[in-house]
Order: sequence, then C-alpha cells, then structure tokens
Amino acid sequence: MKARFLIPVGIVAALLVVLAVGLTLNPREVPSPLIGKAAPPFALPRLYQPDQLVTDASLKGRVTLFNVWASWCVACREEHAQIERLAKEFGMYIIGLNYKDETQDALGWLSHFGNPYSAVAVDADGRVGIDWGVYGVPETFVIDSAGVIRYKHIGPVKAADIENRILPLVRELEGGQG
Amino acid sequence: MRYWIAALCLGFGGLTLAEPPALHSGQEARYQALIEELRCLVCQNQNIAESNAPLAEDLRLQVAEMINAGRSDAEIKDYLVARYGDFVLYRPPFKPNTWLLWGGPFLLLVLGLVTAFRIFSGRRSETPDESVDQAALHKLLQGQSDQRNKS
Repeated sequence: MKARFLIPVGIVAALLVVLAVGLTLNPREVPSPLIGKAAPPFALPRLYQPDQLVTDASLKGRVTLFNVWASWCVACREEHAQIERLAKEFGMYIIGLNYKDETQDALGWLSHFGNPYSAVAVDADGRVGIDWGVYGVPETFVIDSAGVIRYKHIGPVKAADIENRILPLVRELEGGQG
Repeated sequence: MRYWIAALCLGFGGLTLAEPPALHSGQEARYQALIEELRCLVCQNQNIAESNAPLAEDLRLQVAEMINAGRSDAEIKDYLVARYGDFVLYRPPFKPNTWLLWGGPFLLLVLGLVTAFRIFSGRRSETPDESVDQAALHKLLQGQSDQRNKS
C-alpha cells in the first residue's frame, strides 16, 4: 500500500530530474555531424592576396583552429581578443574563414582589431560555410594534424572555453602526434 | 550569450546569393515540400520556407539548385543532414536514438490504457469473497441492524 503511494511521487521526481537537465542544455548548440570526419574541402581566395587560394590542404600537418568570422558579426568582435590570445600566447595556427563579408570591411576590421590568422579564406557567398555546417558566426573548429575535425565551438570563444576545452584538446592532439 | 543570439538574428546582414534557378511546376512542388520540412538553424522554430534568416535564404537557393541539377529528395536531405545533422529535418529518421521520440507517445498510450484497465477492472471485481460464509455474515449483519432498530 505504501509502495503504491510512492509511484506518483517517483514519477514526479523523475520528471523533475529530466526537466532540470533540460534547463541546463543550450538548444542552440546543435551537435555537429562533422566531428570525427575529414574537414570539408574548399579552395577560396585569400583575403590579402585574392589571386591566391587557401585550400583544406592548409589544415593538415599540424593541429589547426578554423575560425569562422565576419566584420558584421558583433559576437566576433567580442571573441576576437581570445582568438588573438590563442595565436600569440599559445602559438596556435589559426585559419580564418571570412564568412559572407565585404573584403574592404574585413580588411579594415583586421587592421583595427588585429590579425591572429595565418591565412584568411574569403567565403563571400557562404557556400563553404554551408559545407562546414556553419549556422551561427562565430564558430571555431579544432582540426587535428590529419585534417580531421575534432571539436566545434559555436558562439564566441571565452577565456574559460580556451582553458577548459580548447587547450586541453589541442595539447592532447599534439601529444598524440609526437 | 543572449546578445549574440540577438546579433545572430539581426546581424546576418546584407549579402544575398544569385537568383534561384527557374523550376518547372513538378520541381516547384518538390521544392515547396522540401523547404517546409527543413529546419532553419538560425531561428530554430521555423522551417527554411518561413524563415527570413540569410542562412535560410542560402539553403533555399541550395535546395533549388540541387533540384534543378536533378538530385532526388533523399539526396538533398542527405546533403543537409551530413552538414547540420538530423536536427535540420522536421521529421527525424527512426533510429536507435530517436526510438523514444517516435515510440514515446505510443508507450504512454499503452501505459495509460493498462492503468485505466486495471482501475476499472478492479472496480468491477466486487463479487462476494468465497472464503466468507455469506449466510453467517448476512445473519450477523441482520442481527446488528435489528438491535440498532430496537434501541
């Protein structure tokens, strides 16, 4: 009899746990199906030398960050100091994807805020963005030395993201290769 | 966090791609059906037919171009799922991690029916208990009510 009385209490408790977990999740962070897959190929003009191409080949050979940004993107401005830190303080090799931007705006933005990128690919019509499953700039991918996507960060990178997720993963990947 | 979401919805500015290719009427129907079933990832509660987000615009164009290039509906869906995951489909496929999603309502229906059945069948089973001597019980109750009537 007593056990029977506990059944609805148990159901409510289970429901509360499920709902509480649901509250802590961010519905905007859609898990990328690209994790564990080879980086989608691309060949795009360079921002500073439009007659030359950046391709996915530049993602191989070392652990690389692939940062999707645009001058019109307010959150990119917010994260930019952290991307600079990754390049200058931690010596990360970073490829930028300038997503659906105007070249003049992009150049002005980098000269104003600083350029942490080893190369910037210009994705003017956003097609490479679609291939990479980009839906909310800024996005940052960690790519291992074999050119496989290992992690995707959606939204601005914060100092805590660097310490907790990106750097540990980069160190692990670099340790693995030698 | 909140203001970059706002920035996303407002800030995806300006740039649009080329004009979509002209589709004949059969293709147009397929195009409409497809874009109504694909989720816009920027404004997630809209499909790409309804959403004005530039990404939705780009994806509509992509779908139109793929139809024009003779790709099948399944190929177009696979193309988008490979990039954005099952989340782009408003009708996700039936597979192990969506079993609960698809089966949940039926599971709840069965549970409800079982519970209802147990409650109602429990009520109906108020038949006399055979281990009790009914005649003696009747006599006993009769005696009690007689006494009560006298007092």
